[in-house]
Amino acid sequence: MDFPILTAILLAPLAGLLVILTIPAREELLIKITAALATGVGLVLSIIAYVGYDKAAGGMQFTEYYPWVEKFGIAYSVGVDGMSLPMVLLTAIVIFTGVFASWDMHYRTKEFFCFLLLLVTGVFGVFIARDLFFFYFFFEVAVVPMYVLIGVWGSTRKEYAAMKLTLYLLVGSAFALVGIIWMYLYAKAKLGFATFDIATLGTVAYDVSFQIPVFFLMLIGFGVLVPMWPMHLWSPDGHVAAPTAVSMLHAGVLMKLGAYGLIRAGVFFFPEGAKYWAPLIAVLCIVNVVYGAMVAMVQRDLKFVIGYSSVSHMGYVLLGIASLNLFGIDGAVAQMFAHGIMTALFFALVGNVYHKAHTREIGVLTGLAHQMPKVAVGFMIGGLASLGLPGLNNFVAEFLIFIGSFTKDQVLFGFLHFRVLSVLAIFGVVITAIYVLRVIQRTFMGPRDPRWDHLSDAKGVELVPIVVLCFTLILFGMVPSLLIDVINVGVEPLIAKVNAAAEIGGIF
Amino acid sequence: MIENAWLIPVLPAVAFVVIVFLIRQFKMLSALTAIAAMAVSFIISVGIVWEIIQGGATMKKPVEYFVNWLDLPGLNIQAGILIDPLAAAMLFVVTFVALLVMIYSVGYMHGDPGFSVFFSYLSLFSASMLGLVVANNYFQMFFFWELVGLCSYLLIGYYFHKPSAVQANKKAFITNRWGDFGFMLGIFFLFLVFGTFNFGELAKAIPKYDNVAFLTLAGILVFIGPIAKSAQFPLHVWLPDAMEGPTPVSALIHAATMVAAGVYLVARGFVLFHSVETVALVVAWVGGLSALIAATIALVQDDCKRIMAFSTMSQLGYMLMALGVGSLTAGMFHLTTHAFFKALMFLAAGSVIHATHKQNIFEMGGLRKSMPITTWTTVIGALALAGIFPLAGFWSKDEILVAAYTEGAYALFGLASLVAFMTAFYMFRMVFVVFWGDEPEGQHAHESPLTMTIPLIILAFFSIFSGFIGSPLVETGFFSYVYYKYPHPPEPNYMIMISSTVLALAGIGLAWLIYGKKSISAEALKQRFQPIHTLLYNKFYIDELYLWLFDKVMLNISTAFNWNDRHIVDGIFDGIGDLTRAAGARLRFIHTGSLQNYALVIFAAVVIIMLWMAVPALGGI
Repeated sequence: MDFPILTAILLAPLAGLLVILTIPAREELLIKITAALATGVGLVLSIIAYVGYDKAAGGMQFTEYYPWVEKFGIAYSVGVDGMSLPMVLLTAIVIFTGVFASWDMHYRTKEFFCFLLLLVTGVFGVFIARDLFFFYFFFEVAVVPMYVLIGVWGSTRKEYAAMKLTLYLLVGSAFALVGIIWMYLYAKAKLGFATFDIATLGTVAYDVSFQIPVFFLMLIGFGVLVPMWPMHLWSPDGHVAAPTAVSMLHAGVLMKLGAYGLIRAGVFFFPEGAKYWAPLIAVLCIVNVVYGAMVAMVQRDLKFVIGYSSVSHMGYVLLGIASLNLFGIDGAVAQMFAHGIMTALFFALVGNVYHKAHTREIGVLTGLAHQMPKVAVGFMIGGLASLGLPGLNNFVAEFLIFIGSFTKDQVLFGFLHFRVLSVLAIFGVVITAIYVLRVIQRTFMGPRDPRWDHLSDAKGVELVPIVVLCFTLILFGMVPSLLIDVINVGVEPLIAKVNAAAEIGGIF
Repeated sequence: MIENAWLIPVLPAVAFVVIVFLIRQFKMLSALTAIAAMAVSFIISVGIVWEIIQGGATMKKPVEYFVNWLDLPGLNIQAGILIDPLAAAMLFVVTFVALLVMIYSVGYMHGDPGFSVFFSYLSLFSASMLGLVVANNYFQMFFFWELVGLCSYLLIGYYFHKPSAVQANKKAFITNRWGDFGFMLGIFFLFLVFGTFNFGELAKAIPKYDNVAFLTLAGILVFIGPIAKSAQFPLHVWLPDAMEGPTPVSALIHAATMVAAGVYLVARGFVLFHSVETVALVVAWVGGLSALIAATIALVQDDCKRIMAFSTMSQLGYMLMALGVGSLTAGMFHLTTHAFFKALMFLAAGSVIHATHKQNIFEMGGLRKSMPITTWTTVIGALALAGIFPLAGFWSKDEILVAAYTEGAYALFGLASLVAFMTAFYMFRMVFVVFWGDEPEGQHAHESPLTMTIPLIILAFFSIFSGFIGSPLVETGFFSYVYYKYPHPPEPNYMIMISSTVLALAGIGLAWLIYGKKSISAEALKQRFQPIHTLLYNKFYIDELYLWLFDKVMLNISTAFNWNDRHIVDGIFDGIGDLTRAAGARLRFIHTGSLQNYALVIFAAVVIIMLWMAVPALGGI
């Protein structure tokens, strides 16, 4: 039997957690090194899996299957395809760099890293699960440590933000749970046996009248996590309150769980339902993109700017999904990856500045490029990625989403062409440029401010996140086929299924 | 050589990487690396031009090769090389000017702490610009279009400790974003209908397509890109401010090459812009009006670099006008000669700034004695720009005027002639004020070092002689290679030649009377036409209008959105939370904690359930 690489990726952080439990709390450095090793192993294994994935064969690979509760059709079943593999890689990169970004953590270090590793185990689990039960289970495993991490190690209104985030996510996942159980029962009746296997559930022909309400449940459940307007407010508040590594994971990966879930448990099972609700998603996502970017423009706290920029950028992901065509969903998955890397970079840098300057206020922090040139360069690269500069990862993703949405022929409300929405979304790149450059100008440029002369530039381990994340942005930006070809292998069967589905009119 | 064309953009890119990651500490080595890479690119470009003269590639039979950059079903994006005379001319201009500017910068940037970084940026810019020039499809064009924009941003803000510089580079980037927005939409429309970005395939498909409304839309959208990049009205506001960058940058990027990319794009996509009358008309009039607006503003400015920035805008307007009226040859010819004399003017201005540390022309004077080389090369550049026989500008400007005249665009012809007069006036206004007149006190100017003056002399040589290659004096010239559909050898139109020369001389003469001989008082004129002067001096208040739109409209809407998010949306969701909590608070009274109460409730429940179960058994209901 082959080496169970996915289980190894899943267990690497868990093993690290167990080792850390045995280390005395005062051995902070040892704890950090253990966490770095555990996540480093995860990263190496993810890269091996990514490189080893056979694009010609396609489909689910590195599969493992162990029946668990056969009566209910629950099995430990994992595997990755072109959509989930980039997400696994993303998670591995973000957590690995996140550990280094938390190197300055000195408060209850042991517990912090334990929860962090638990959280990331859950995230890995979601992306590799081929069984809906485990999919949901890991999903919840990822949400709960978040509450503790923000509530204990956070800043600005941390209790409020932690509670807000947890309630939003739990209420959302309750909707998804209802949808999943409903579907499970329906499929059981149709199939004649119980199963949580995603592939098998995908073969069931669901009635349109069933698909429409269940897709809506999924849309609410996973849409909260994306976050789709107007259910987005947990995210800026959560970002601001969370400690650096948690912000990185939270914006970098957790939001992607929502979009991934929406594709995997929404569009895949219910293509007709997706067609019905796509216009709603499209309209709301334009609010995400334009409104989110404009709100980002008037923020004073650096983390709020990034928080709202995430709202805006995840709007592009939703637009790609709403397009329901190859380019759109290819672009959506690529954007999930690209945004994850970019936003993790932002939070690592802001965390670095905040840790040293004890403020994140734009206008108070000025001319930092004099004292922190490396941080400034990193921020510049992140900012350029954010505004969609060619040569960086986000550009390709956004370009595909734009092509996908632009080539879609659909009319909403009887007069509003889908293309108009696409144009509005493309206009988002102008607004994004405004707020990104505004932040760079005010925070990093301008005359030297002697107040910040005591700040030291990023050095040593602090450079790990900056270098790794910038490298990733540039690599996949210059050679996008490394990423897009893999994604496309996963998306093509999905689109084939969507195209085979009955043409039903959208809600609008 | 043509098969090695891919090296032209790659070499400077390699230089960039090497400088940034390996040899940043060694200043001279960094500069030498950048210059060496550029020199090789230049030699290859010369080789390509040579092969084209031999007939290696023509406009009808270009040499094209590519690799797939991204290949999805239904979407093929190529990274390609397209070499035809049009590209070759541009390659020559860019590598030549870039090389000279780099050599010049060794002297100009001497002692600057960011010396190596400066050269790495110049290399990155050259790589991007050359990548744009050899692009074989709209996507690649857009890709590098944005990258040259980035380099422009980085270099305008090179002195990032200056608030005005970082304000200017932000403005440049954002203004160009509007252009990119239009450009991107345009190529999406093209993709939507034709399913390709490739220039050659589009050139075949567009003439067969007959939906005029669609082609008009696509053409105008794509043209928004050049409007921003080539600083045309109404997206020109960034170029004057871009002069905050070091002067070699202004010469290379904001005069000779990057701003000309817009003109180049129109030439490259000529089929699209000439498929519909309306689009061609828009191109011509945007160019013509920009030429006029810029020239009028330049009349009254007092910063030497800004005067030349408006001059650049005006000359780019000329080129677009030529393309708009249908003469690809005239537009590209003027682009080529303009690159030489405008780069010369900027580098000369840099030499002056280097010597005096001033930019306001009225704070300088009499530099003729202390800086002879700079003075005479500037005069050559100004004469070329003013279009005096037989310098380069005379021939190329003449071709544009002839093109407008023969195409029957008399209004544009008149407008262009007026601009020619104004151009001669404002250029020599500057020359007379800076180099003639009295030296102000405390001015200790001296001639610049050789690394700076040699590029000036070389460019002066080209400013004099480059015009002949496209003049009616030669049998085979620029026009035999760079053309649309078939070659159009220029026919000498003596009426136009004489009229334009008279206008130019009149402009120079007027400038001499006011600023040289001072027989007409500039101050009195200014008093007399105060409102017009104020309007022009403030650039028609267009900047102020944009600023108002942003501050008062955009920011207020954003603030309102923010308030809505924080109060309405958040309020509703928090309200749901509060409601739940309030309900919980009410229900809490049931949980009294008293065992007796619980027992009572349980007992009551049991009784009710038993009754309910008992009802059927009792035969009721």
